[in-house]
Amino acid sequence: MYRYDEFDATMVAERVEQFRGQVARRLSGDLTEDQFKPLRLMNGLYLQLHAYMLRVAIPYGTLSSKQMRALAEASRKYDKGYAHFTTRQNLQYNWPALVDVPDLLDDLAKVEMHAIQTSGNCIRNVTSDQYAGAAQGEVEDPRIWCEVIRQWSTFHPEFSYLPRKFKIAVTACDHDRAAVKVHDIGLRLYKNDAGETGFEVMVGGGLGRTPYIGQTIRKFLPKDHLLSYLEAILRVYNLQGRRDNMYKARIKILLNAKGADDFASLVEKEWAAMDAKDVDLPADEIARIRDYFAAPEFEPLPETSAGLDSNSTKNKAFGRWVRTNTHGHRAPGYAIVNISLKPIGGIPGDASDAQMDAVADIAEQHSFDEIRVTHEQNLVLPHVKKDDLYAVYLALEAAELATANIGLVSDIIACPGLDYCSLANTRSIPIAQRISERFADLGVQEDIGELKIKISGCINACGHHHVGHIGILGVDKKGEEFYQITLGGSGAEDASIGEIAGRGLSSGEVVDAVEKLVGYYRENRQDTERFLDTYRRLGAEKFKEALYAAA
Amino acid sequence: MKAVTGNRLSDGAVVYLTNEDQWTEKFANAARFVTEDGPDVLAAAQTRSAEIADVYLIDIDEEGALSGRAVVRETIRTLGPSVRPDLGYQAGGEL
Amino acid sequence: MPLLKLIGDRLLPAIEEAKNEVSLEDWRANRIAHPDATALVIPNDADIDDLRCDVSGFSAIILEFPAFKDGRAYSQARLLRERIGYTGEIRARGDVLRDQLLYMVRCGVNGFEIAGAASDGAETALQEFSFAYQASSDGATPVWKRRRNRAAAA
Ligand code: SF4
Repeated sequence: MYRYDEFDATMVAERVEQFRGQVARRLSGDLTEDQFKPLRLMNGLYLQLHAYMLRVAIPYGTLSSKQMRALAEASRKYDKGYAHFTTRQNLQYNWPALVDVPDLLDDLAKVEMHAIQTSGNCIRNVTSDQYAGAAQGEVEDPRIWCEVIRQWSTFHPEFSYLPRKFKIAVTACDHDRAAVKVHDIGLRLYKNDAGETGFEVMVGGGLGRTPYIGQTIRKFLPKDHLLSYLEAILRVYNLQGRRDNMYKARIKILLNAKGADDFASLVEKEWAAMDAKDVDLPADEIARIRDYFAAPEFEPLPETSAGLDSNSTKNKAFGRWVRTNTHGHRAPGYAIVNISLKPIGGIPGDASDAQMDAVADIAEQHSFDEIRVTHEQNLVLPHVKKDDLYAVYLALEAAELATANIGLVSDIIACPGLDYCSLANTRSIPIAQRISERFADLGVQEDIGELKIKISGCINACGHHHVGHIGILGVDKKGEEFYQITLGGSGAEDASIGEIAGRGLSSGEVVDAVEKLVGYYRENRQDTERFLDTYRRLGAEKFKEALYAAA
Repeated sequence: MKAVTGNRLSDGAVVYLTNEDQWTEKFANAARFVTEDGPDVLAAAQTRSAEIADVYLIDIDEEGALSGRAVVRETIRTLGPSVRPDLGYQAGGEL
Repeated sequence: MPLLKLIGDRLLPAIEEAKNEVSLEDWRANRIAHPDATALVIPNDADIDDLRCDVSGFSAIILEFPAFKDGRAYSQARLLRERIGYTGEIRARGDVLRDQLLYMVRCGVNGFEIAGAASDGAETALQEFSFAYQASSDGATPVWKRRRNRAAAA
């Protein structure tokens, strides 16, 4: 993992002091709310329905046990003993008092954490593959480049008042777990035919009111030139992105107005004109950062584990959990463990302080001290010995963290919605809870197979509903909560935007609707088809008919 | 009719303006204004920016119950998150 | 509207005779009509690359920040300094706030028209950070270079 040196540490500490000053000026009345709001937002502090909400950055979703414990401790000290993991691999506190936030940030700074640029029209926390450094078939650890981008984008003087927020994601695998095609910039690291590594640069993806899949503006960018190329894209966007209408201000609108080719040539022209030598990092600095992401020292182990095999036969629930919640690791004898934050009927993404502490302990003992946060609001222990899986399972079960449903129908993404969020039209969480309860039987869930349900409480699409196999969007209908279903979306390498199925449904109808769709899929699937495959084969009409057929 | 609500500056808590011109956490104690007085009362409340953030008017009916388009949202504000009955004002019992 | 100027690394109140301003549009329409103009006012959607021949004769370029959220002029300032090599005063006008001064300075702005109350604490605004991660128009040594220098010195 990256560790701060004195420069990084000083920058974060100084940011806390700066914010402390800004809070003091607000409390003394020197700043009005209108003046203060952009300042607090730049530091991830929102005012929600019931209280302030602080969004803490978890750079590219990587945490140490010590950091996880500090997050748990802060939830006890400044909040109500829990926190919420978000679709941007960040963490949110729902109840901190404004007067306490500087102290909270001080505590987090001690473990190299912060809330810098977690909101505002700036370059946000860079996200990545939650399996980085552990995944099979990875070209190199994408987090090296995430950290390079983190430093470059932190307090960037030119790009802190962009037309709109700006999100970058990096992956280094063919299988895209970072949803790079629905980011303002998506970067895919790969080796070209000549054997050199570089980035495919995709621009203009995004959800929200006008969803788009990102388009490739450069097939291959030598990796050492990443920062200058990003600077060129951001400069074109900063100067030419629309500012007259906040719904048309994202880079996707600019790119699509110009056309991908014209946009690309603007970027290339800017890139050619700039003096890149002070922007691109020299090889020694990249090497310095790279060293922090060296793989841990895996023990030489056989690929299979006798203990694992016998325990999965003895304990059926464990066997199921191994099937659904673990994933192949690049080192023989190791596995990647997914920790579901979606207990049946629970609140997606929420974890109590005790659960966070438990995960920290387990990671320390069994996963080289490392934890990841996924954009699907779950956690990951990246490096667990197969021999240890049973012990890890039991420890997770004791903390109520062993639900065997990763990627299944109850592994639902849901934004906070109207239970917390001041922008919401409708609630999201209760819908997720009811769907999860309807499909409570884990055996049935496993039979249904991969199915991604994603719920947003308004068109801002924090719950990524556009890229759900089944997406659910909350809409306000004369003061009542209504839900619109979209079908066939995907945020993976086969990215697509879901299609609206038809008229909105009342909150009472939604769960039945999902059940109908799932039923239709189970009756009509062939072989090993996932829901999405069957949908794509049979087409939207069939599913719409099934959905709206009279009961 | 109308009531005035906002979030207390220091901790963000949901509060309502009372007849005594104080801020209360209890919706039941919120002052009721006839709709025509709304803008003036709001303008006065907005000047108290060192106490409160995001002040606005909400609709209530003759009995003082929440009404209008934002009724779901405002109900959740008076109570707390509907998915966490152990938190927010609903946790304290009395509203 | 008080004027602050960057002198060395400090922001000091400046009193000076009024500039003779001309807008880019007027200047382009008829250059010889403005023989005494000393400051060129550039709207924030102007393409800086096209200005190469226009700016050299002016002692100040005035950039507009119509709202603090509108950050186009940060890029314009950098392009004026780094692409065109303009060395005169670059002055920020409009919604110029204390908490933005540092970024403006880093982008090459060195004159600030700032509302009276907003200028409180302007002096300390530039001192809040000891380092910068990126190279920009202010010539600050980026952190990666400091690391390298430190390694070389060790
Ligand atoms: S999608 Fe809408 S309701 Fe949900 S968190 Fe985002 S802004 Fe709030």
